[in-house]
Amino acid sequence: MSILDSKIPEGPLAEKWSKHKAAIKVVSPANKRKLDIIVVGTGLGGGAAAAALGELGYNVKVFCISDSPRRAHSIAAQGGINAAKNYQNDNDSIYRLFYDTIKGGDYRAREANVYRLAEVSNLIIDQCVAQGVPFARDYGGLLDNRSFGGAQVSRTFYARGQTGQQLLLGAYAALNRQISKGTVKSYTRHEMLDLVLIDGKARGIITRNLVTGEIERFGAHAVVIASGGYGNVFFLSTNAMNSNGSAAFQCYRKGAMFANPCFTQIHPTCIPVHGTQQSKLTLMSESLRNDGRIWVPKKKEDVERLRKKEIKASQIPEEDRDYYLERRYPAFGNLVPRDVASRAAKERCDAGFGVNDTGLAVFLDFSTAINRLGKDVIAQRYGNLFQMYEKITDVNPYEEPMMIYPAVHYTMGGIWVDYNLMTTIPGLYALGEANFSDHGANRLGASALMQGLADGYFVIPYTIGDYLAKEIQTPKIDTSRPEFEEAEKAVRQKIERIMSIQGSQSVDDIHKKLGHIMWENVGMARNKAGLTKAISEIAALRAEFWKDVRVPGKTEEFNQELEKAIRLSDFLELGELMARDALNREESCGGHFREEHQTEEGEAKRDDENFKYVAVWEYKGQDKEPVMHKEELVFENIKVAQRNYKD
Amino acid sequence: MNLKLRIWRQKDAKDSGRFEEYTVENISPDTSFLEMLDILNNNLIHEGKEPVAFDHDCREGICGMCSLFIDGRAHGPDDDITTCQLHMRKFKDGDTITIEPWRSAAFPVIKDLVVDRSAFEKILQAGGFISVNTGGVPDANAIPIPKADADESMDASACIGCGACVATCKNGSAMLFMAARVSALAKLPQGRVEATRRAKAMVAKMDELGFGGCTNTGACEAECPKGISISHIARLNREFLCAKLKD
Amino acid sequence: MSNLFSSSIGKKLVMSLSGLFLIVFLLLHMVLNMTVFGGAETYNAMCEFMDTNIFIKIMVPVLAAGFIFHIVYAVIVTIGNRGARPVRYRVQNLSKSSTWESRNMFVLGLIVIAFLVLHLYDFWANMQLQHFVGGEVAESPYDLVVSRFANPVVALCYIIGVWALWFHLQHGFWSAFQTIGLSNQLWIRRWKCVAKVYAWIIALGYTAVVVYTYLCL
Repeated sequence: MSILDSKIPEGPLAEKWSKHKAAIKVVSPANKRKLDIIVVGTGLGGGAAAAALGELGYNVKVFCISDSPRRAHSIAAQGGINAAKNYQNDNDSIYRLFYDTIKGGDYRAREANVYRLAEVSNLIIDQCVAQGVPFARDYGGLLDNRSFGGAQVSRTFYARGQTGQQLLLGAYAALNRQISKGTVKSYTRHEMLDLVLIDGKARGIITRNLVTGEIERFGAHAVVIASGGYGNVFFLSTNAMNSNGSAAFQCYRKGAMFANPCFTQIHPTCIPVHGTQQSKLTLMSESLRNDGRIWVPKKKEDVERLRKKEIKASQIPEEDRDYYLERRYPAFGNLVPRDVASRAAKERCDAGFGVNDTGLAVFLDFSTAINRLGKDVIAQRYGNLFQMYEKITDVNPYEEPMMIYPAVHYTMGGIWVDYNLMTTIPGLYALGEANFSDHGANRLGASALMQGLADGYFVIPYTIGDYLAKEIQTPKIDTSRPEFEEAEKAVRQKIERIMSIQGSQSVDDIHKKLGHIMWENVGMARNKAGLTKAISEIAALRAEFWKDVRVPGKTEEFNQELEKAIRLSDFLELGELMARDALNREESCGGHFREEHQTEEGEAKRDDENFKYVAVWEYKGQDKEPVMHKEELVFENIKVAQRNYKD
Repeated sequence: MNLKLRIWRQKDAKDSGRFEEYTVENISPDTSFLEMLDILNNNLIHEGKEPVAFDHDCREGICGMCSLFIDGRAHGPDDDITTCQLHMRKFKDGDTITIEPWRSAAFPVIKDLVVDRSAFEKILQAGGFISVNTGGVPDANAIPIPKADADESMDASACIGCGACVATCKNGSAMLFMAARVSALAKLPQGRVEATRRAKAMVAKMDELGFGGCTNTGACEAECPKGISISHIARLNREFLCAKLKD
Repeated sequence: MSNLFSSSIGKKLVMSLSGLFLIVFLLLHMVLNMTVFGGAETYNAMCEFMDTNIFIKIMVPVLAAGFIFHIVYAVIVTIGNRGARPVRYRVQNLSKSSTWESRNMFVLGLIVIAFLVLHLYDFWANMQLQHFVGGEVAESPYDLVVSRFANPVVALCYIIGVWALWFHLQHGFWSAFQTIGLSNQLWIRRWKCVAKVYAWIIALGYTAVVVYTYLCL
């Protein structure tokens, strides 16, 4: 047996979670008061967890790097949240949501976790409505739904184009309630820089106060990491500028294994890159694919004229347009999953049909929908997105189609967790995008919000009790212990080392180089030569960083360059880990596309015989090769099949 | 385009601060305002100087982290946007741009253009929530809510907590911010239950934190990146006064 | 009601209720002024009635209280609000986001007060006040009015005062309803419209009396 025990409960799939809940231990209210929990991150996962754990009576300390928990990047999710409510009577069910998620993830996720996710999805909607989340409603006063990629039913609940914001405000409000009650203490503008282990258990963290630069110690009986994904390793991504992988990476360094790091989602509908000074990419919600049709011209001469701005897209006649998603995938059309849509766009652009001057853009056209439904209906559905597009590009999408191109959006990989969401370090948990558990090799739209809230509200409050029930005799963690001393010293040394370099390149200079290496070699299409090259280039760039980075200012003050430098130092290691994982996975699945492994039509070719496993990496020290462990995936309830969105 | 920037520099909360002038060259009109500041900062780092500190995060107008008072207006010279959505095409070649932090007694400067908005946290902690625990709630469709009410709640709930209302208000009042939250919850049956308690607690907290009062100039609504209406302030006033009359 | 008037909204409530009361007074006062168009007899009769009516006698101190509350709270609110921004902006462009009068209510109020003092000294001190103190009342209020407004400087001062009031009302009228909470997205527009009409009526009405008296009598 592998050293990884996923602790999946026995029994039929549909009963696993309820049986497990009945079997695990609980902590009495009197004892909860004596137990401390640290939550790092305040997005949907962390915010919901901190609130729910506070409600239960634990002493919670919650940390975020922004000035408020509400800034967490969950807030930027636009489209919606899935749930198997079947309010539309379109034959949706927990099983169907489970099935779609497993299939969408290209059969690289754990059955039991995904089923539990589908199971609690309905509770999430109930909870959010009770918290006052203003979901979209129909005239009858009941909740409305829309469709998302990878599903043939309407199961996505939404609040205009700001669903993530509204759900986060709900969790944030619940958190505020606990803060006012004193069960949760909030530490804003604090960044976790190390995890502290005592006798092999997670017992605290070292943070840097971003306002004063002070290094501080915090102890707890358990630590929950909900710090999001690491997509910013690519420099340009749809992630917020401050999103980073450092908290997760510190856990990895301290022994928490990292699963499927190469599984990165490239989102098909982002505003294309416009120049070298660009700082981030803007996502246009997937919901736009409900009514928008994606196309490029059929004729190369039209492409040329478009690039020279001699004609506008709207002037190209219908018969000269190639609606390539509808052509290739008649059953799902424009609503194929994200990885499929992204690759199809890349395929067309690589073939020379890219419609802007960089050749890296396709059209997302609403003219058919506007003709069918009228401008008002479209404005009602997507008004804010259209406005956002126009502000950024100066083009009115009611008249001319939007230009879009895929961009890095989400990382399915993350810290390995068992069924209880515990990592390989006892007492350390990982939630939401920070863990790896539910999305396999590709995440379906509107499922990230679902997972964050499921983990935070409905899984961790139960499973953490099972661990803490054994800790009720443990007194408050003494932060003057040598383990804290050492961890703090290491953090101080790292910071001093960075500050002492005073080289010639800014943090962004080096980060852009890393992003370039990653996008070229570990991006939408990967191959052995590129990945091998990337590994050595990243190692070289890392050496360059430690020799030549320049961080102005001082340590003991508000210093944004220092924050970025610390995060980049971790990205430089994470990037390499991603490349290694991608190199190891000699198959194409979901967001991971190896050019050596494709069908004749250019579709991803999975290799279930050899790669039906989670690749779990163990840290072995700086500049040492990590060791990979396998968690074999067992599919007892689903027939593993080649994904087919054609018919 | 080439621009002259007049930027407020302040070492920390205790420093008195001053304006300093910088120039940036060859800026594309398609560059966003914050990218222009990125370019400035990268230049400063290469020149061995300290970059300008400013808050930012999502850069798509939703997290509410970015701020900046640009040429006398919160979030700069464009409507219905945050600073991160402002593009340089709104300026002319050769312009001098004045950039200041949000100024309010309740928002002390942390460094340069970064201010401390934790006063907003405190207002929301005073009552900006519905008191329900996780689990044990009715089915989401158990209570129908008229579409118009849900829509109005959503309008108010669009607030991103950036503080532009406070920054632009001549009185430094946080009424629009607070009203948006009170109104978002008061329009829903779930939030009605404790509407009076909420209004009283939040107003008391706001008054305590050093914000000014509302004189209905409406500047907050005009500068709000999410276009939140001051009619929500009327609702807050109504909720508050009714609550007080019952005391 | 505990602590209502120490809260920021409570203070504004005082401003708004006293303001609305004064708004009603303004209309009444204007109608009474218009009796000047009816000639000396009518005007003097009106004054006689106003000086002796028991209801009016009760209302005068109430009116005075209305003014005092409005002014005192304006001072309190303004000082408090200025304290909310200790460091001011180098550049602040509010003309895009709010009306001039809404930002300058206090200054407008000061002009109106100056006018009020002048006005009380000119007329009220010689008319109604004397009824309260038992002094000498002007024999013909009509003649008093005509003689004062014959002076172009005085007439101009009155007109300036009245138009400061016009600005003050443009904002104050709908703002009062907003503060009480009797407003929403629809009514905010309606109140603004009513405020405009009302301000024009008041300003034109008072101006007409001054101009008519100056030019025609």
